Amino acid sequence: MNFNLNEEQSMIRESIARFVMENYELDKRNTVVALEHGYSPEHWQQFAELGWLSIPFAEQHGGFGGGPADTMVVMQELGKGLVAEPYLSTVLLFGGLLQAGASDEVQAQTIPAIIAGELQGAFAYLERQSRYEITDILCTAKQDGDKWLLDGEKTVVLNGGAAQQLIVAARTSGAQADESGISLFLVDAESSGIERTVYRMTDGKQAANIQLSAVVADTVIGKIDMGYPVMKKVVDDARLAVCADALGVMESLNTQTVEYCKNREQFGVPISSFQALQHRMVDMFAACEQVKSLLYRAVCTAAADDPDAQRSLLALKVKTGRAGRLIGGEAIQLHGGMGMTDEVAVGHYVKRLMIDNLLFGDADYHEQLFSELVNQPQADAAQLVSQTDSEAA
Amino acid sequence: MHTQFSEQDLAFKAEVQEFLAEAWDDELKAMVHNRDTMKKGMVEWQQRIYRKGWMAPGWPEEHGGINWSVTQNFIFNSERARVGAPDKMPFGVTMVAPVIYKFGNEEQKQRFLPRILNSEDWWCQGYSEPGAGSDLASLKTRAELDGDEYIINGSKIWTTYAQYADWIFCLVRTDSSGKKQQGISFMLIDMKSPGITVRPIMTIDGFHHLNEVFFEDVRVPVANRVGEEGMGWTYAKSLLVLERFSIAEVADSKRFLAELKEMARQEINGGRSLLDDPIFASRLADVEIDLMALEYTELRALAAAAAGGTPGPESSLLKLQGTDVQKAIQELRMDVAGYYSNTLQGDLTPQQLGHDFADFAQKHYFRGRASSIYGGSDEVQKNITAKYVLGL
Repeated sequence: MNFNLNEEQSMIRESIARFVMENYELDKRNTVVALEHGYSPEHWQQFAELGWLSIPFAEQHGGFGGGPADTMVVMQELGKGLVAEPYLSTVLLFGGLLQAGASDEVQAQTIPAIIAGELQGAFAYLERQSRYEITDILCTAKQDGDKWLLDGEKTVVLNGGAAQQLIVAARTSGAQADESGISLFLVDAESSGIERTVYRMTDGKQAANIQLSAVVADTVIGKIDMGYPVMKKVVDDARLAVCADALGVMESLNTQTVEYCKNREQFGVPISSFQALQHRMVDMFAACEQVKSLLYRAVCTAAADDPDAQRSLLALKVKTGRAGRLIGGEAIQLHGGMGMTDEVAVGHYVKRLMIDNLLFGDADYHEQLFSELVNQPQADAAQLVSQTDSEAA
Repeated sequence: MHTQFSEQDLAFKAEVQEFLAEAWDDELKAMVHNRDTMKKGMVEWQQRIYRKGWMAPGWPEEHGGINWSVTQNFIFNSERARVGAPDKMPFGVTMVAPVIYKFGNEEQKQRFLPRILNSEDWWCQGYSEPGAGSDLASLKTRAELDGDEYIINGSKIWTTYAQYADWIFCLVRTDSSGKKQQGISFMLIDMKSPGITVRPIMTIDGFHHLNEVFFEDVRVPVANRVGEEGMGWTYAKSLLVLERFSIAEVADSKRFLAELKEMARQEINGGRSLLDDPIFASRLADVEIDLMALEYTELRALAAAAAGGTPGPESSLLKLQGTDVQKAIQELRMDVAGYYSNTLQGDLTPQQLGHDFADFAQKHYFRGRASSIYGGSDEVQKNITAKYVLGL
């Protein structure tokens, strides 16, 4: 048992931290998110050169062959710096789906291009009515000879503006929220019949609503009707990644808040000397450490293919949402009026936390999934001896 | 980064399970769970562990300790809690012994450690005083030197199981001229010494665990002082970190939560199991998730302690979050018990009363309120974390 990073992970961490220090002061970040697609293509090229885009991909396509711990390291550092580049959308979701389900040929066409920083992608899974249920899909794909025609609407497609290619989840059979009958199609974002409405999220990043009218698709990711297992695996990996991002954000918020309170004077003393505020900062720190523990748990169990992996992941997403609300709210409160301004970083970090909470379902949604999973009758329940009075317990 | 068990660890786990299956038998269980035979049962339980050679993980091997890895400690404790066996009484083997083998002289080691190891002596802890609880260093019990003896006067309070104890380890004031942390000495005192009286304190759970111990001109040989005069605070402080580890009781909470879930499953309200009540399920999930986090916080602290010797910042949270979880489980258990949570069972059987866990629920709930007070209250833990971890 150990919780140490290996040498490569430490190097990745350091190199991202250096990048953040050089490029992501609040003013510089504001310039970056104001660019056309909400991130800097130059930065993205730098990511490619530094090898960060290769991390989760298999070695046969030029990847680094990384696992959950490697993704965690990357995302945590990107979160700390509030980095806007679409690592989640292009590398983890779009790239993740390709790696999990695409044919060798399609992988060879796409993955090296992602690693080289030449291909931007997005995963269009959400719809107007689906809220957090990723299986709730009305968008249809109808067979037309050896091709498919996609019709419907996808909403809040992260990185939907910059994406050159999309993976669209569409229904090929089954009822509205069935797991079976979902298929994944790779399409060019400029295909005829695609209309994109691009907008901003509160954290400055771009998303798009996408109308599909008889869009021709000939590349299936995974098998027809069997898209869900592919999607589920990639979304689970992304859940973990989002929580790592959120942990980085929380760590940074806690550091900022402690620093601010040490420097801010009221009544002739630093406000950090007030016990009421100290205890609130301890609560923030404690919440952050809980997230860290659950993240390590999710990473260790996922990497080991442990039966506890799913429970750990759901627990992590719940706690990340809840702790994020607490830490975000307290960080603003302890910054006082300054926390309300756009001029300090706090509010920007809080917005990122709020989005991390929502992605793939918020804390309440995940708590329901958690309860469903853990409250099934257990085989070993009979072994639990009914407790009697125990003085020694 | 990984938490996988090695082949050796798995073999050790099997050995622990085998040991527990034999050593934690129904007869012993009954003895430990009956308040009249609890002491005898605990001594027998500890002696079975001792005969297996597992009494003192972490002690130097020359004194009968066993050098378990972090993982082995974790495995033993998890398995022990899983079968519902109690942890060892901490006062001797976990609390005073490390002070003796680290700071005591050779004679003290020879005299005390073997009897702790085989549970011949029952120890209790004399730290808190009526005027010094969380502010432990303001203690006033004084020891005045008189030839080769100290004369002790004062009182200690909240002394768990003093009524059973052969020995008490005490912090006493040998000098009141300097800072309050200075002038404190660490003393080992025979409970049979003339001048000691023990007054029981009944607690809101209806039990007698706690006591006040009075010292009136109690004569204690200088040979019973551990280490240097005035250094007691430093010695005791090294213990408090260990105490925080054990107070978290992660493995026990796991068992209690699993039991709670089965109790809730069987409670029917309006035709529906309590476990299917979304509000109850949500509260239960919150606790389970906190416990899952705590489990890894403990592993992180243990791994850090094993690697560097000094526990990381996460250890300061163990006590806070561990007792939060314990208390939350106790609260939920009371809610599951419903009306029966406030009935007094007395001599009735559970069948006559109508419920088989109400009594347990209630006693645990009331006793459990103490966990965020003892071992340094929540508020003190937060002060410590604010100062030493956040640098405030």
